Amino acid sequence: MSRILAVAVKEFLHILRDPRSLGVALLMPLAMILLYGYAIDMELRALPIAVLDQDGGPASRELVRDVQSSAFIQVVEHLASRDAIEAGFRHNRFLAALIIPAGHATRLGQGREAPVQLVVDGADGSTAATVGAYLEQALRLHNQRQFPTATVRPLLKVEPRTWFNPQRVSAHFIVPGLAAVVLIMVCALLTSISIVREKETGTLEQVLTAPVRPLEVILGKLQPYLLIGALDTAMIFAVGRWIFHVPMNGSWLALSGYSLLYLWVALALGLLISTLVRTQQVAMMIALIVTLLPALLLSGFIFSHASMPRPLQVVGHAIPATWYLRIIRGVMLAGVNAWPREALVLTGMGTAITGLALRRFHRRLDE
Amino acid sequence: MTVAATWAVRAQKLSRRFGAFTAVDKLDLEVAPGEIFGFLGANGAGKTTAMRMFCGLLAPSSGEAWVDGLPISTQGEEVKRRIGYMSQRFGLYDDLTVGENLEFYGGIYGLDGTAIRRRSGELLQRLGLDHDVQRRTASLPLGYKQRLALGVALLHHPPILFLDEPTGGVDPVARRAFWDLIYEVAGEGTTVFVTTHYMDEAEYCGRVSIMVAGRIAALGTPGELKAAHHAQDMQELFLKVVGA
Repeated sequence: MSRILAVAVKEFLHILRDPRSLGVALLMPLAMILLYGYAIDMELRALPIAVLDQDGGPASRELVRDVQSSAFIQVVEHLASRDAIEAGFRHNRFLAALIIPAGHATRLGQGREAPVQLVVDGADGSTAATVGAYLEQALRLHNQRQFPTATVRPLLKVEPRTWFNPQRVSAHFIVPGLAAVVLIMVCALLTSISIVREKETGTLEQVLTAPVRPLEVILGKLQPYLLIGALDTAMIFAVGRWIFHVPMNGSWLALSGYSLLYLWVALALGLLISTLVRTQQVAMMIALIVTLLPALLLSGFIFSHASMPRPLQVVGHAIPATWYLRIIRGVMLAGVNAWPREALVLTGMGTAITGLALRRFHRRLDE
Repeated sequence: MTVAATWAVRAQKLSRRFGAFTAVDKLDLEVAPGEIFGFLGANGAGKTTAMRMFCGLLAPSSGEAWVDGLPISTQGEEVKRRIGYMSQRFGLYDDLTVGENLEFYGGIYGLDGTAIRRRSGELLQRLGLDHDVQRRTASLPLGYKQRLALGVALLHHPPILFLDEPTGGVDPVARRAFWDLIYEVAGEGTTVFVTTHYMDEAEYCGRVSIMVAGRIAALGTPGELKAAHHAQDMQELFLKVVGA
């Protein structure tokens, strides 16, 4: 125990003597969460569309005004001819064009159906679908307002409700996702150089002639980085809660507990990398590659597992961020505090990675 | 107690191979307690590899060695408590102060706070470092770094001291001062097992061995060896033995 403490104190002194790295370790997560929290916004607002009003009567102007009043749509251009649509799409001036054919008002006056046409730029598939949906919704509202007594009424009507995040605010999804990405990246980076640095400078050899066990070295080295990781976690969730207003429906205690578990996995991963490579630069590169991209792309943060091909789903389930993300979204948004299966998976990962790091560390001495 | 316990360091057919290369080839060696033993040889002769095996940093490929009577293959942890080691390359933390380095090593050798402070104070005074406790190790001149490394190696009162080129790269005055310290330590009964490339230092040793290609080519007191090989001094002897 006293040997672990001696290693921990020494490691802590290294960190204090290198204020620049400490600054990076504490400020980088803060900068990332603020930057991405504002930048990664999956909501679409004020989608630019164009209108080609071939009728020009009061009824069509009324229609355009109603469409315009939607927060999600902005009419940026009034076109004179159909030919202008393609040019607009090509130069990305608008994403869709609403065409009101001549005779619109006449048909309405005769009580007949008055179709309008919507042309959508399909180059960006997901945005095209969204703009189409928004416009349809705007037209439905317009219908109800203008013709409240219309006899044709759908028999079945679907009214979707989104639970846990009813307004579908992006930040509520993004902040937990960013926490999972940033924490594993920073923690793995911190510990990835801790052993290889001592190997490079020759200090490890001196340490290993002393009667200290590899497990004691590893446990001692983890302590100060665990503290930094905990500070980072607190900062990220504080920013999420009070700057991005992510709801907290579960318990803070549960969130802290699961976060510590995740930090352990991340720090152990860094240590494992540190026992595998020969230079600090390579260690940091590998730490970045194995944490950042998988956590960003395969954890279910940005792309849902359901939409991934089978092999990628498997990989997705092998990374710690997936399980942590499930837990914290569950705790914060759904208010569910018990995640035994996910916690068990993370514990298993932590144990396996620590064990591997230890074995590699043993063998390393013989090289 | 085994027979081997009468020797501070003993090796029997100790070998270490790295792939196809044999760094240490069936080394047989006996060093008595309290001896200053000079372990000489050209670069690449296998000195450091042998020493790393004695210190438990490297496992032998075959053969066995005993340090303070304990077999290195099975009692490595216990061996580590009984040795002090100073590597060729300065192995202490440059970003820590002199005092913090001593505290750290005191801690991992399992000494308590009071014992560390008392022993550090005593060693620092002896090594002429008592005014540098608060100083960052990086800012010490090389000669003082080497003294500090010796101090760390002596913290836990080890009966056997392994010094791998302890005076590399410093001036003759600093080397002389360092050897005065080695004599002091040996005078208290500590066995000193030392490698060096300076032949004047080899003269200071009780016995020396000269390694060539992983084997011991000559072994004895400097006087005996010089007489046997008709050499004027250690320099000449060394060149004759290594066949240069």
